[in-house]
Amino acid sequence: MKNAIANYIKTLFLWELIKGLRLTGRYLFDRKITVQYPDEKTPQSHRFRGRHALRRYPNGEERCIACKLCEAVCPALAITIEAAPREDGTRRTTRYDIDLTKCIFCGFCEESCPVDSIVETRIFEYHGEQRGDLLMTKAKLLAAGDELEQQLAGDRALDASYR
Amino acid sequence: MEALLYLITTVIYILIIVIPLMLCVAYLTYAERKIIGYMQVRIGPNRVNLWSALPVLGNLRGLGQPIADAVKLMFKEIVIPSNSNRFLFVIAPMLVMAPALAAWAVVPFAEGWVLSNINAALLYILAMTSIGVYGVIIAGWASNSKYAFLGSLRSAAQIVSYEIAMGFALVGVLMAAGSLNLSDIVAAQKGSFLHWFWLPLLPLFIVYFISGVAETNRAPFDVAEGESEIVAGFHVEYSGMLFAVFFLAEYANMILISALATIMFLGGWLSPFQGIPYIEDLFSWVPGFFWFVAKVSVFLFFFLWIRATFPRYRYDQIMRLGWKVFIPITLVWIVVLGLLILMKLPPWFA
Repeated sequence: MKNAIANYIKTLFLWELIKGLRLTGRYLFDRKITVQYPDEKTPQSHRFRGRHALRRYPNGEERCIACKLCEAVCPALAITIEAAPREDGTRRTTRYDIDLTKCIFCGFCEESCPVDSIVETRIFEYHGEQRGDLLMTKAKLLAAGDELEQQLAGDRALDASYR
Repeated sequence: MEALLYLITTVIYILIIVIPLMLCVAYLTYAERKIIGYMQVRIGPNRVNLWSALPVLGNLRGLGQPIADAVKLMFKEIVIPSNSNRFLFVIAPMLVMAPALAAWAVVPFAEGWVLSNINAALLYILAMTSIGVYGVIIAGWASNSKYAFLGSLRSAAQIVSYEIAMGFALVGVLMAAGSLNLSDIVAAQKGSFLHWFWLPLLPLFIVYFISGVAETNRAPFDVAEGESEIVAGFHVEYSGMLFAVFFLAEYANMILISALATIMFLGGWLSPFQGIPYIEDLFSWVPGFFWFVAKVSVFLFFFLWIRATFPRYRYDQIMRLGWKVFIPITLVWIVVLGLLILMKLPPWFA
C-alpha cells in the first residue's frame, strides 16, 4: 500500500521523466566526440580490410601462383582467375579480376592465400565514375601492390606474431 | 480610400509578423538539429557557413543550413501520386499552414503590439489550433496511401482527445483572468513572477504544455508521423515544397503553442523582475518584447529537450494519458480553482 502511494506520487510529479530530462540535460554540456571526417580521421588498425592489391617478392617476381584458393573461398564470387603456364614454365595468372561491387571485404582471400599475394590495403576512400571503374584488373592490383608495398609489408610484420 | 489604407496597413502588419516568424521557423529547425545533436554527444550541422568572412563567428558554423535546406526543397520535384485526389492533395498543406499562421493575429507580442485586439481571442485560438487537423486528415485521405491514411486517422483521434484537456486548461485561464482577451490575460498577471498564473494553475499549465506537444504531433506524441511504424505518416507521399509547407506548419505551431503558454501562464511580456526592489529598476529599460521572446525560447527549448529525451508513446498509452489522466486532472483543478477564486486567495484573486 505504502509502495503504491509512493509510486502514485512519483507518477503524478513525473519523477521518471524529470530523471530522463536531467540525463539528456547533462549530455548537452558533455564533450562532443564527433570526428569531423574529411578534416579529422580515426586511427586505422593494421588489420584494416580495404581495397585489394597483389604483392610481389622483393626481387620483383609476382607472388601469385594461380592456385585459385581465393576464387574458391570468396563468398561473394567477386574473384575471377584464369591461369596458363608462362614461357619459363611457371604457373601464372593471365587474368585476375576482383569486382569491388560484389566484394564484401571479408578478408577470406587474404587468409586463404598461401603466398601472401592477394592482400587488402588500408584504402577505403575510392570511388568509380564509370561502369568498370570498380572492376580491379590484374594490372591495377599489381600497381596498387607496388605502390603500397612498404606499408603492406610493415602491417604484415606487425601482425605476424599473432598468427 | 480609407478602407484601402486600412487594408494596406493591415497587410504590412501581417508581413511584419509573418516574415520574422518564418525566419524563426527556419532557425528553429537549425536549433533543433543542434540541440538534439548536442544531447546525443554530436555537434550537428556545422558545414554550411553564412559568415565565413567574419572570424568572430567562426565557431557558429552551420548557420546557413536552414537556407540551404529551404533552397533544396524549393528546387525539388513535387511528385503527385497518380491515384491521389489532385485538388485536395495540393490544398492540404495550405490547410495546415494557414491556421498555424492565422492564429498569430491575436497574439500580443508586447503591450499593445497585437494585430487584432479582439475580445474572443482565446476562443479564436482554440478554433484555429483545431482546424489544422483538417489539413492533416485531408492530406492522408488525398494521398490514397495506407500509411498516409493511418497517420491521418491517428492524428485526428489524438487531436480530438487532447483538444479537450487543452480546452479545459484554457477554461482555467479564463476563470483566473476573467477575460478572453489575451492582452487582458497578461495584464491580469501583473505584479511579480509569483503573480503569474503558472502557480495557481500549475496542473493546468503542465497539462496545457504536454497537450500542446501532443497537438503539434511532436515527439513523444508523434504517432501521426511514426517513422518506424508508418514511414512518415500523413506526409509520406509529399515531396518538395508541399512537404516543406507541412514541415514549416509544424514548427510554426510549436512556436504558437509556446507563445500561448507564455501569455497564459508566464505573464507574456511582463518582466520576471517585476516587484523585486532595485532589480526591477535595473531591468526597466528592457523592452517587453524581449521578455516575451525569452520566455517563448524557453518553451521551445523544452520542446526540443523532450524530443531528445523520450521514446514515442504507444498509441493506447497516448489515449490513456489524454482521457484518464489529463481530463480528470483539469476537471478537478477547475473546481479547486473556483474555490480559490471564491475565497479571493491573494495575490492572484484578491
